[in-house]
Amino acid sequence: MSEILIENVTKRFGKFVAVDNVSMHIKDQEFMVLLGPSGCGKTTLLRTIAGLGMADEGRICIGDRDVTYLPPRERKISMVFQNYAIFPHMSVQDNIAFGLKMNKVDKETTQKRVMEAAKLLHIENMLDRLPGAMSGGQRQRVAVARAIAMQSEVLLMDEPLSNLDALLRLEMRAELKRLLAEIKATTIYVTHDQIEALSMGDRIAVIKDGIVQQCDTPDIVYDKPANYFVGSFIGNPPMNFMDGQVHSNNGSVEVYIGDFRILPEEAMQPLLKPYHNKSIVLGIRAENMQTIMNPDEDALEVEVLVVEPLGSQNLLTIRVGEHIIKAATHPTFAAEPGMHVWMKFPSEKIRWLDRDTGVALYPEK
Amino acid sequence: MKKNNTDQTPRVEVAPEVLAIHLKMKRMQKLRRGLAYLVGIVISLWILIPIYFIASMALTTPEVVRSYPKGVLPFIPFSFDTLRFFLGSYGIVRGIVNSVVVALITIVLSTIIAAPAGYAISRYIFKGRDLFRLSILAVRAFPVVVLSIPLAVVFIQLGIYDNIFSLALMHTALVLPTSVLVLSSVFASIPFELEEAAMVFGCTPVQAFRYIVIPLILPGVAASAIFSFVLSWNEVFAASILTIQNRTLPAQVLATLPYSPDPYKFAGSFFMLIPAIIFIFLIRRYLFNMWGQITK
Repeated sequence: MSEILIENVTKRFGKFVAVDNVSMHIKDQEFMVLLGPSGCGKTTLLRTIAGLGMADEGRICIGDRDVTYLPPRERKISMVFQNYAIFPHMSVQDNIAFGLKMNKVDKETTQKRVMEAAKLLHIENMLDRLPGAMSGGQRQRVAVARAIAMQSEVLLMDEPLSNLDALLRLEMRAELKRLLAEIKATTIYVTHDQIEALSMGDRIAVIKDGIVQQCDTPDIVYDKPANYFVGSFIGNPPMNFMDGQVHSNNGSVEVYIGDFRILPEEAMQPLLKPYHNKSIVLGIRAENMQTIMNPDEDALEVEVLVVEPLGSQNLLTIRVGEHIIKAATHPTFAAEPGMHVWMKFPSEKIRWLDRDTGVALYPEK
Repeated sequence: MKKNNTDQTPRVEVAPEVLAIHLKMKRMQKLRRGLAYLVGIVISLWILIPIYFIASMALTTPEVVRSYPKGVLPFIPFSFDTLRFFLGSYGIVRGIVNSVVVALITIVLSTIIAAPAGYAISRYIFKGRDLFRLSILAVRAFPVVVLSIPLAVVFIQLGIYDNIFSLALMHTALVLPTSVLVLSSVFASIPFELEEAAMVFGCTPVQAFRYIVIPLILPGVAASAIFSFVLSWNEVFAASILTIQNRTLPAQVLATLPYSPDPYKFAGSFFMLIPAIIFIFLIRRYLFNMWGQITK
């Protein structure tokens, strides 16, 4: 068992608070992704877990041990670094075996585990080579092989794919996912790439300004963002946001975008009631709106500004009042810039956000 | 995967005027490159011809050296007589031994002092780091004369005057600025991430240094050591002022230069030149690297 418990961890650099009172419980064998823009503190948090920088406050437990003040070598972790950190003066074989050698694993076992790790990453035929003559993708494989040869129960990865070119990244993403499922380590994976996070993680912790904004499964983080930041950071295109006016009308709540009336879901009604006569932010994903060519009774007339055919879909840039939003349509939808089309907003797909705090409102489960 | 495009790319018709301009530009470019080569050759000859002349004189018989007009090597008899004569002169062998000892002590001392300083400059951000870096260079701004004479006084007072070990101290002071800067750039070229990786994979900080950093900096340290050696080997001013009996080779040669015959002078210069040329040749790659780093 090696669950990871992070309790109220704070890390400062001078006056700058890089990680701000973060608590997190990562289950045994879980794949947790720390996602956020650069400078948000995700790497700092990972380094604090690795022991490459002590937490200023709080507690970190790995398994049932409190490791807050232990040096990295005693934490029973292994790590893949962003720039791979392959030792340039050692052969691939020695690189992979390094951790085992330092932990005094006997020669036979070392050789066996090096071979296993190398085979998993398809580098068994370059064990004698020096890293200097290898490509980025191959070094990446060596770095991962070195980490998994340790067979530690906790694997930390710091943007391992960010230095690869796009095609290779796509390939390695799927391969890493398969590999990590195979080795069954508890994994913490740092990335700024939301697609990587969505496609790989069991759970995603979205971090901004050192604070965890939301920590949940990819589908929930995508579909039900906790706040404005999460909605606008995750998804391509990001979630659309529009202002609406709330009117409570003898028991039922209605929201108006301009003159257009939207009837929120039943479950949302009590939550929206306090916003009577105030404005609220509606969030909706590009693929959740229905765009049609002809007027319909519950459809809003909008103007198409840009049409971007993306192969699998057409991405429309649309003006709704003073807002510019993006809507995805079927590739056969023949819209032209300047055309007027009609849009439907399915009420169960609309997310409601407080205008001042940016926090999304959800009914209690 | 390369496709044959010849049938797709339309042939571009070029007007004769455009072609003429094109040719002219090409010719200009060739001319400019030729000029650069010419300048390079002239500068090289400027340096190499005297060296070649000295080598010729040193590797022939003393009679040829004394004769006039003097020739150069393939046309004059080859012989070690001049060198033998030089090495047999008073104080030369002892001077060589002294020079080597001073240079070795300088290497050891400067490496021991400069390596931690270089590590600190490259790895830690501390208050006054840039000032520190600058002040290291400032030592070099003082002429050796200004440093040597007060030092001679101090050494006499301490009773360590005319001693090759105190001279080695002086040489260490002279080479330290370069050593510190070279070594700091050597350390800076090794990402700290490597040390961190080593620590994650089971090393203590000291082990990480031992297994990762030391093997990686060794070539750089060697380069800096050789540089120190050459500097100490060639240094003549401090050596002349700080020693009387225990002279190093250059100090000995300089002291006897006015009353020595031509073969002695040529052989002496040749003997002084050789280590410098050999070592600079060996470490030229690191030297370029180092300048590149420092000017950044």
